[in-house]
Amino acid sequence: MYAQLVETGAKRLKTLEEMSPEEREFQEKVDAETKIEPKNWMPEGYRKTLVRQISQHAHSEVVGMLPEGNWVTRAPTLKRKLQLMAKIQDEAGHGLYLYSAMETLGADRDEEIEKLHQGKAKYSSIFNYPTLNWADMGAVGWLVDGAAIVNQVVLQRTSYGPYSRAMVRICKEESFHQRQGYQILLDMMREGTEEQKAMVQDAINRLWWPALMMFGPHDDESPNSQQSLAWKIKRKSNDELRQMFIDQTIPQLEFLGCTAPDPDLKWNEETGHYDFGEINWQEFYDVLNGNGPCNRERINTRKKAIDEGAWVREAAVAYAKKQKQRAQEAA
Amino acid sequence: MTEAEALKEYLLRLADSDMILGQRLCELCGKAPALEEEMALMNVALDLVGQARNWYEYAAELIDDGRDADKLAFRRDAHNYRNLLLTEQPNEGYAVTMGRQFFFDVWHYFTLKSLAGSSDERIAGIAAKALKEATYHLRRSSEWVKRLGDGTDESHQHMQDAVDILWRFTGELITPDDTDRVMAEAGIGPDPDQLAKDWRGMVNEVLTQATLTPGAEDAWMYMGGKHGEHTEHLGFILAEMQFLQRAYPDATTW
Repeated sequence: MYAQLVETGAKRLKTLEEMSPEEREFQEKVDAETKIEPKNWMPEGYRKTLVRQISQHAHSEVVGMLPEGNWVTRAPTLKRKLQLMAKIQDEAGHGLYLYSAMETLGADRDEEIEKLHQGKAKYSSIFNYPTLNWADMGAVGWLVDGAAIVNQVVLQRTSYGPYSRAMVRICKEESFHQRQGYQILLDMMREGTEEQKAMVQDAINRLWWPALMMFGPHDDESPNSQQSLAWKIKRKSNDELRQMFIDQTIPQLEFLGCTAPDPDLKWNEETGHYDFGEINWQEFYDVLNGNGPCNRERINTRKKAIDEGAWVREAAVAYAKKQKQRAQEAA
Repeated sequence: MTEAEALKEYLLRLADSDMILGQRLCELCGKAPALEEEMALMNVALDLVGQARNWYEYAAELIDDGRDADKLAFRRDAHNYRNLLLTEQPNEGYAVTMGRQFFFDVWHYFTLKSLAGSSDERIAGIAAKALKEATYHLRRSSEWVKRLGDGTDESHQHMQDAVDILWRFTGELITPDDTDRVMAEAGIGPDPDQLAKDWRGMVNEVLTQATLTPGAEDAWMYMGGKHGEHTEHLGFILAEMQFLQRAYPDATTW
């Protein structure tokens, strides 16, 4: 998941009559659920939207390693340390996989990463929140990966073939992460000390609302959402996905014996869904625009890694060139 | 020193070196020079901590004083840690990280290769599996030492500096003490002379290919890790790594 606000360039949807023959053929293919592949013709807006969405997703995987890296050196047991390391490794793999999917659209990984470092590209706002106690590693797995899965399960049916296939693979691993995360919390709630239980509730209190924000703004009347839905890049609206997430998460929350920091949260017999309070949208846009608790640190860390690693990458290129030359001379 | 005493000591050395180097690699999460390296570093770290767990579990059974693998990893202080000093050296740039890894991997590879044929079946089993991982680690770190050594002028300088900085910690890898000798005589651990010869041979070969100059064989060597006398770094590594177990001693489940 992790793409919250993707520009499509659309002011309003075109009707089939207004489309060029190529556009119409493309739209009919999408409507018939035929996957679009890299070599197929596609509208420029579709291509650009996908590059934005997939790169946001890839950036999120990579930046998302940082809040976990914050605890991997302090994991409390060998088992938990190994689990967290494996999760982080999976995330680096997801990043690589997604950047590759993005490159099938003619985009360049280094250029997109540069945009991230310049603050021009986005990543999920959730990773701009700090991880302050060990239970955050459980809550991130459960809530953040959980929210990501809700979105990604739907994205397995996204219209672009390479992205859809990436989602199938990534979903499998993230479901595993989510169960592991929940288990961390469950073990602490069932067998932990009072201090450990307090950690769990504290983590939920801090991460609950940011997790709900992961689904993005309300999408009534948003031209971006409507265009993405028409192109079947998105398959369900932000609000639908958010509701799905809440409906499936509250029973798990109750099973833990914890509460959500939302006084308006209650089961609605009529709708068959949970009602919940309004998200603080000011905070959402603040964080998205760079003013979250950790925005600066996250980007600085990533930028520093890539900047300071320049000589390492240059050496690898120079060495490969030398090796090639030597092989040619020897031949 | 009895064979039983030496065995416990030896297992802790294997475990602690894996653990501390794995911990150092964890520190690099999100800070590697490329995403591919991010994956590879965490992969190596995962192997090492996984191996540490296997050694700790066996050590805990033999020590048999109620401590489990986690207690051995997270509740012993620096003077009881038995890791090689090399493994606790900090991540001061990628050349040092790779140099540290390479010197360790050569030692690790030949040690595990010998341990895979150990007269102690449990050790042989753990080592055989670990050897597969260490073989990959060594291939990878050798390649990086060559890339950096024989890459650009800048990378050559960084890599040579790293060799020079780390060289004084390499003597400990191939200088046997009583524990090593008792293990070798029992057919449990590697023959120290052979290990030293193999280590020197491969290190010289790779450094030569990498256009790097090794340190002198008779250079002064900083030793003591195997007996619990560490550099100042280890205390801080443990303070971070053991934080939760120390801050919440009453917690029995995590």
